Amino acid sequence: MTAAVLVGVLVAGAVFLIVQRGLVRIALGLIMLGHAANLVLLAAGGMYRREAPLIDQIAAVQTAADPLPQAFVLTAIVIAFGVTVYLVALAGAGTGDDTEESQ
Amino acid sequence: MIATALPFAAAVPLLMGTLLLVLRSPVWLRRTITLGTSTLVLGYAGLLILVTRGGAVLAHPLGLWETSPGEPVVAIPFAADMFSALMLAVTALLTLLCVAYGMVAGDDEQHYFQPMVLMLLAGVSGVVLTADLFNLFVFIEVMLLPSYVLMSMLGGGHRLRAGRLYVTYNLFASGVLLAGVAFVYGVAGTVNFAELAGAGQESTAVAVAAGVLMVALGMKAAVVPVHGWLSNTYPDTSPALSALFSGLHTKVAIYAIYRLYALIYGGDDRFLGVAVAIMVATMVIGVLGAVGESTMRSILTLHMVSQIGYILLGLALFGPLGLAAGIFYLLHNTVVKGALFLATGAVEQTYGTQRVYDLGGVARKEPLVAFAFVGAALALTGIPPFSGFAAKYLLLHASISAEQYGAAVAIVLVSLFTLLSMIKIWSNVFWGPLKREPESHPGGDTETSGTEADSSTAMATGNGSLLQRGTTRTHARAGAPLTHVRLAMIIPALVLTLLALGIGLGAQGLLVLTQEAASGLIDTSTYVEAVIGQ
Repeated sequence: MTAAVLVGVLVAGAVFLIVQRGLVRIALGLIMLGHAANLVLLAAGGMYRREAPLIDQIAAVQTAADPLPQAFVLTAIVIAFGVTVYLVALAGAGTGDDTEESQ
Repeated sequence: MIATALPFAAAVPLLMGTLLLVLRSPVWLRRTITLGTSTLVLGYAGLLILVTRGGAVLAHPLGLWETSPGEPVVAIPFAADMFSALMLAVTALLTLLCVAYGMVAGDDEQHYFQPMVLMLLAGVSGVVLTADLFNLFVFIEVMLLPSYVLMSMLGGGHRLRAGRLYVTYNLFASGVLLAGVAFVYGVAGTVNFAELAGAGQESTAVAVAAGVLMVALGMKAAVVPVHGWLSNTYPDTSPALSALFSGLHTKVAIYAIYRLYALIYGGDDRFLGVAVAIMVATMVIGVLGAVGESTMRSILTLHMVSQIGYILLGLALFGPLGLAAGIFYLLHNTVVKGALFLATGAVEQTYGTQRVYDLGGVARKEPLVAFAFVGAALALTGIPPFSGFAAKYLLLHASISAEQYGAAVAIVLVSLFTLLSMIKIWSNVFWGPLKREPESHPGGDTETSGTEADSSTAMATGNGSLLQRGTTRTHARAGAPLTHVRLAMIIPALVLTLLALGIGLGAQGLLVLTQEAASGLIDTSTYVEAVIGQ
């Protein structure tokens, strides 16, 4: 439930920021959206299973965390990080923020 | 052996792209590597088509983790069936021709052009060959990242604005896609295509979760009502990239929609009505937008929206007829759209503008370009003997068999509007008196020269080599005054138009292949066995 509420808040904030004009705000919004998606991924693995999933150390498979969503999240974080850096570079390299209607 | 090479179709272009990032000279070696890698992927795709004839599916589990006998294995699956092979072949061919065009048109004077295109190709190979939902997401990102750079690096004065829109929109869609993957994993407990087969029919939760995936992929494929970004971005980049992106990005999203819809929902006809309605709206709105535009590439870009409706209509109808028609349309459209973008791009880059009302009489001066354009335009409209006739006939046949008469009427009417907007380009640009002479500097667009100078000076102070654009760049052969479109610039478009003619004349041959691809999508058991049984 906590995760669901948190995802909802993050997505709402992200959408609010993405529809703004300035690219830095859009970048922040997209970071938040990425966090929301990552949280959904983590929640998909089950929030209450938190033991380290090492084969020779776990007592019961039921309490071990699902390692797959964690690997997914790690990949997704790296991708989101790379793109965010590019987006911020784009904001810095352009002719100021695109705050006026072009044409 | 051929199956083992599946991951390399993505890995080799990726490695070569990385190599080209550091290898700055000589130019001939860079060009050889780029063209050679694209040809290699094309050759491999041809081989895959041969091997997958008759419904065979190749699969390779990457990083296979051996468990005790009888237990399920853990691996990252790659798989290729006829549909993947056809898709890989047509995208590799388009990459080869677009990159060749880019070399002639001066795009590759930007150091990052070739490496980024190769990485783009790597992403495309990955998407069409993967059999894992999360890998699909990763490869879509691999495909998009280089295109963000390319989009902001090459093109007219509005390319930065276009780049921002493009990056923002696609990142948003990627966020939705990632959430969709998470939902599917949460409810189905797997991201393996084989294990997901038919899951949408058995469980409503999976159907809804996969619906999020469909929405995200629909955003990337520019289906109405989320098509607005396409016409605001593609016309602002360089012609070579417009052609490349038109064949790679939206088409690969369409591939993913086909694959996942067929696998997860298994052609559940509860969705038929909604899907047909959305696709018909896409066809109609796209073509109506195209009629109202006044630059060549905006017209073509809005046509893409309309054609995406056609292609996905085949999927919406499902069944062997609809799918075969849709896949045929997908292949035909990739070829024809590339030809149109490259032919008009050659005119634009030689004459210095893409506004249709500023051009005229090009047909008399450039008969070869005119032939390439008119052939592709007739193919797009659906006039025999070009490929569009067979594609539209098949689709019409499929929609009448499925008793979707409204869709059948839309197919015919939208074709008329397609013809109307093609005539708009033809009569203004190619017909009539000659209004404009070729520019001395190929590759520049005078249309936006004012803003272009502004932005390039502003950018020169910023991060130099990445975003700087050479308004002052001179082409190797720009010294001599240009009187015609250079032959080397026409050849890629000409090859594609002739291919469209070939597909039109030998439609039966391709139809057999697309029917095999369609039956592979309907009966997924071979695919599932190949992926799981490793």
